[in-house]
Amino acid sequence: MNPSVSFFYFLSFLTILSAVMVVVSRNPIHSVLYLILTFFTLSGHYILLNAQFLAAVNIIVYAGAIMVLFLFVIMFLNMKQDHEESKTNLTKVAATIVGGTVFVILFGAYRKTAIPAFNPENFDSQVGMIENLGHMLFRDYLLPFELASILLLVAMVGAVMLGKREIGERHF
Amino acid sequence: MDLTEFLVKTATIFVVFVLTLVIAMYSTWAERKVAGFIQDRMGPNRAGWGGLLQPLADAGKMFFKEDFIPALANKWLFIAGPSLAMLTALLASAVIPFGSTFRINGHEVVLQGVESNIGILYVFGVVALGVYGIMVGGWASNNKFSLLGAIRAASQNISYEVAMGLSLIAILMMSSSLSLGEIVAQQHGMNWNIFYQPLGFLIFITCSFAECNRVPFDLPECETELVGGYHTEYGSMKLGFYLFAEYINMFVSSAIISVLYFGGYNYPGMDWVYSQLTSALGSETGHNIATLIGTAVFFGKALFFIFFYMWVRWTIPRFRYDQLMNLGWKKLIPLAIFNIIITGAAVLFLKPVITAWLN
Repeated sequence: MNPSVSFFYFLSFLTILSAVMVVVSRNPIHSVLYLILTFFTLSGHYILLNAQFLAAVNIIVYAGAIMVLFLFVIMFLNMKQDHEESKTNLTKVAATIVGGTVFVILFGAYRKTAIPAFNPENFDSQVGMIENLGHMLFRDYLLPFELASILLLVAMVGAVMLGKREIGERHF
Repeated sequence: MDLTEFLVKTATIFVVFVLTLVIAMYSTWAERKVAGFIQDRMGPNRAGWGGLLQPLADAGKMFFKEDFIPALANKWLFIAGPSLAMLTALLASAVIPFGSTFRINGHEVVLQGVESNIGILYVFGVVALGVYGIMVGGWASNNKFSLLGAIRAASQNISYEVAMGLSLIAILMMSSSLSLGEIVAQQHGMNWNIFYQPLGFLIFITCSFAECNRVPFDLPECETELVGGYHTEYGSMKLGFYLFAEYINMFVSSAIISVLYFGGYNYPGMDWVYSQLTSALGSETGHNIATLIGTAVFFGKALFFIFFYMWVRWTIPRFRYDQLMNLGWKKLIPLAIFNIIITGAAVLFLKPVITAWLN
């Protein structure tokens, strides 16, 4: 087997294993750490696809910023195993039904999706490089890009508004 | 990639790894010597000549101390904390260009672990991961003070990462490349970025002080408020790893500063030296010696910044925590955005005018 294919299988195994461990772990901190591992293996997949920029940004944004905030919150919640509320049978059945439905939908979507055919002869392997990505984003997809940035700005203003101290509120 | 290329890369990475460790090791010695010099005393002078064996003695002491794990600590994460801190500190040195190329039998060997077109993003990503070692270790200790210290360190790091990233964007706008090798090559001939980006440099160096948890931003360790900070429960070599990771981070950030703002291995008059050497010693030996001089210059710059870190540590008192957060969010981030706007305007409007005037 050629090395990149075997590496792909190894990475996929690791990805699925750590993704399963996110769900299975009893300790929420362990779940978060497995989720970070999942992001790393996904970045490995991006590198295999020669999309280095996407790999680096995935690490910086998800592992470097969002998961740190997750970890923050979970560390402060101080969840212990004995505090875990017991789940009733009803919740368990409901969770199983919802989870199963999502699985069926995903599987159906996967079966219906036609993977676009590509020709390895004239395939441009440099398409994931940052220069090409930049040209694509700022030329062909400029409007969606700007709209997404406005959406982020609105979210940021909202977060600042929620976190702002009201006039007359106690000063810590 | 054939086998020799692979072996050469492996050797380069190994050399970079060993160099990073040795420099970090002797930084601990230099720190105490500089402290001694500034406070008008001797510093370590018992182990070896001028105390040069002091780092080895410290390492021996750290290794032979009792390796203690608190009873209610999360054992695996308690061990993973310092390991992660060490790992993330060492990762970043892979993309730093230490010099130009060596010529061996007509083959060019680049003095850089990995030349990648996202070099600076890679460094930024590794820096962003640096908080995990501290957070995991602080939480796993199962101690309120450790947890508070870890949270403090992590919030400081992620706050200053924002301003650091924004100050880097101005550099990227000028060089229009993310590759560190390319950024250094563009600074050839005294086109050092410090002359074009003085404000960006100030923001960057302030943020790197905060990222390394150095004085005046060493709030994660605060004896009066937090006992020992995130490593309260740590002892022996695990504590050693945390402290050592700080020195590695210091070296890496000094190297990055010299690469980004001070031209890396470029020095004034290097073309003249290069032509003299190649004409005197032939294109191969002369080229190699010129490269070695460049590498020495690079290390000189990096070591100067390590000294600068120490100089600041023994000169400036520390901030209060709210001052630190105000500086990060309310001063440095707006300044960095202002710097981006100025740089963008200069690249768009000023640069064509000046180039037209010069020609």
